[in-house]
Amino acid sequence: MWDYTDKVKEHFLNPRNVGEITDADAVGEVGSLACGDALKLFIKLDEKKERIVDAKFQTFGCGSAIASSSALTEMVKGKTLDEALQVTNQEIADFLGGLPEEKMHCSVMGQEALELAIAKYRGVEAPKHDHSHDHADTEGEIVCKCFGLTDTFLRKVITSNKLHTAEQVTHFTKAGGACGGCIPKIKAIIAEVLGEEKKVAQDKPAVKLTNLRKMQLIQETLENEIRPQLWADGGDLELIDIDGSNVQVAFRKACAGCASSGNTAKFVEQKLREMVSSDINVQEVQG
Amino acid sequence: MKEIYLDNNATTKVDERVFEEMRPYFCELYGNPGSMHFFGGQVQKKVDEARGRVAALLGALPDEIVFTACGTESDNAAIRSALEVFPEKRHIITSRVEHPAVLTQCRNLTKRGYRVTELNVDSEGQLDLKELEAALDDDTAIVSLMYANNETGVVFPIEEAARMVKESGALFHTDAVQAIGKIPVNMAESSIDMLSLSGHKLHAPKGVGVLYVRRGTPFRPMMVGGHQERGRRAGTENTASIIAMGKACEVAQLHMDEESGRVREMRDRLQRELTTLIPNTRINGGGTERLPNTLSIAMEFVEGEGILLLLSEKGICASSGSACTSGSLEPSHVLRAMGVPFTCAHGSIRFSLSRFTTDEEIDAVIRELPPIISRLREMSPFGREFLSKQ
Repeated sequence: MWDYTDKVKEHFLNPRNVGEITDADAVGEVGSLACGDALKLFIKLDEKKERIVDAKFQTFGCGSAIASSSALTEMVKGKTLDEALQVTNQEIADFLGGLPEEKMHCSVMGQEALELAIAKYRGVEAPKHDHSHDHADTEGEIVCKCFGLTDTFLRKVITSNKLHTAEQVTHFTKAGGACGGCIPKIKAIIAEVLGEEKKVAQDKPAVKLTNLRKMQLIQETLENEIRPQLWADGGDLELIDIDGSNVQVAFRKACAGCASSGNTAKFVEQKLREMVSSDINVQEVQG
Repeated sequence: MKEIYLDNNATTKVDERVFEEMRPYFCELYGNPGSMHFFGGQVQKKVDEARGRVAALLGALPDEIVFTACGTESDNAAIRSALEVFPEKRHIITSRVEHPAVLTQCRNLTKRGYRVTELNVDSEGQLDLKELEAALDDDTAIVSLMYANNETGVVFPIEEAARMVKESGALFHTDAVQAIGKIPVNMAESSIDMLSLSGHKLHAPKGVGVLYVRRGTPFRPMMVGGHQERGRRAGTENTASIIAMGKACEVAQLHMDEESGRVREMRDRLQRELTTLIPNTRINGGGTERLPNTLSIAMEFVEGEGILLLLSEKGICASSGSACTSGSLEPSHVLRAMGVPFTCAHGSIRFSLSRFTTDEEIDAVIRELPPIISRLREMSPFGREFLSKQ
């Protein structure tokens, strides 16, 4: 059983502001039946159209989704739209005394609905995509096909919540939680975000390694660090050649011909730069 | 709050008679059955008696019973044994709706070069034996199919499947942890090679299981070490729990008619009343043979965890096929394999009864569940849409 705080339980059993506002100024709807949770948020502004005077919600979802929606509506009342946009998913979780990490996506859903409602009110067209799961941030390329999540959205959640594992990203956004096919991509995005944050500090400086030692290190990293991760997703790679700092690999099994092999190559490069030397370049070849 | 326990497919209450039977084997009769003294010897006699009692329930011979630590261990041991017995065979057949104890292992084996066929089920959760027949080939080492499904209670035509597999030369294993004690089996007239059961699903304690291995079936142990269980499962016997398991099987035999009679009637009444009182429901597996104690009911436009938490507030313990309760993000693999539509897969609740269930408890569910569903449907955007169309 989930270890919900008393505040989560209280907001689930006695949710505030359930219902709809028929003359709402802004409405944001995220999620779908297929996804397992959905939230429709209604916002009413004062006469000057500055402050939120009322907020109501309808939620399809688990206990923490209902509690997060209830918390969100309580938090935004009295705020200006700009102030409301500052509300982070972490603040929604904090308001409830915390959420289990696996349930953080419920707080993210609340924040998304709010952003979407305000964007629509302000006339910023939120572009739709094929999938029924709408998101405030729908720009960018779809990474998780099951839940229709883009790289832009994932990058934002990873950065603002300082996530560092694919499992955390699943808990916060659901990405990778169904078929798992996008997990290598998620790992690549995390590596990118972390790379941007830490700049090259993480990378091993390009110290003068003997060619022999470098080749050895590359092989060890591939065997011990990289291939086991690919195996876990049903993929594999083969080392084709090492020429100085240029490493040529060919993808095998599920990785071969996978649309995201570009991201996988980036992940391999990131890992080799971290473990071996910052001047490594990885090239995908057919072999 | 007194619990109304309707989650017996998850685990069961230890029967008082079973507990009394095992009680002396902790502080008083704690001897090792392998010891060469009277103190261990008297425990050995009780372990033998337990073996006989389990065998009697299964219609098996005592030497076909191997005690293990749980149903999962029995499943793992059976599959691994078959792969060692036939090192040249690289094909395994199972179904998409197996318990993770079988399915996870099979899927892991694909990474080690094994070919795994997962048989489909139809919308009622039933197997098509023609698909099994087509999948069997010379390369098949083992077929592992569950006797009855833990989520829906759907009973597979296991004997027919076992005969078919036997003719092909592969071994046949069945995970029968949900079936034993609820429906009769008779190994003496069966083609099943190996069968798993679990103590805590039939009113024995957690931490004890059984693997039935037919005489003459080649077997390689997974746990090696001492000579216990005639070399088929090393490790000092969990004597108290084994003795409890024996008693639980003896008691289950006494109550078998009650399962197919009183328990089934209560389940049927619950199903009838709930489907009448709650619009837009469907019974998962309702159109095929099911265990007498299991009801899986899908309710549109609501999500399972909310239902469970509100039931729990009323003291009612059930389980769901929803994603949100398990930490996974998809509805149960069983409901997905059956093609249960997403509109109700997330809102599936399983009630599993036992011989300890009373009519009053069933009344309580019939009273409490309908208002919970109305309340959640009013809160759900899809539920409101649906209610406004009514």
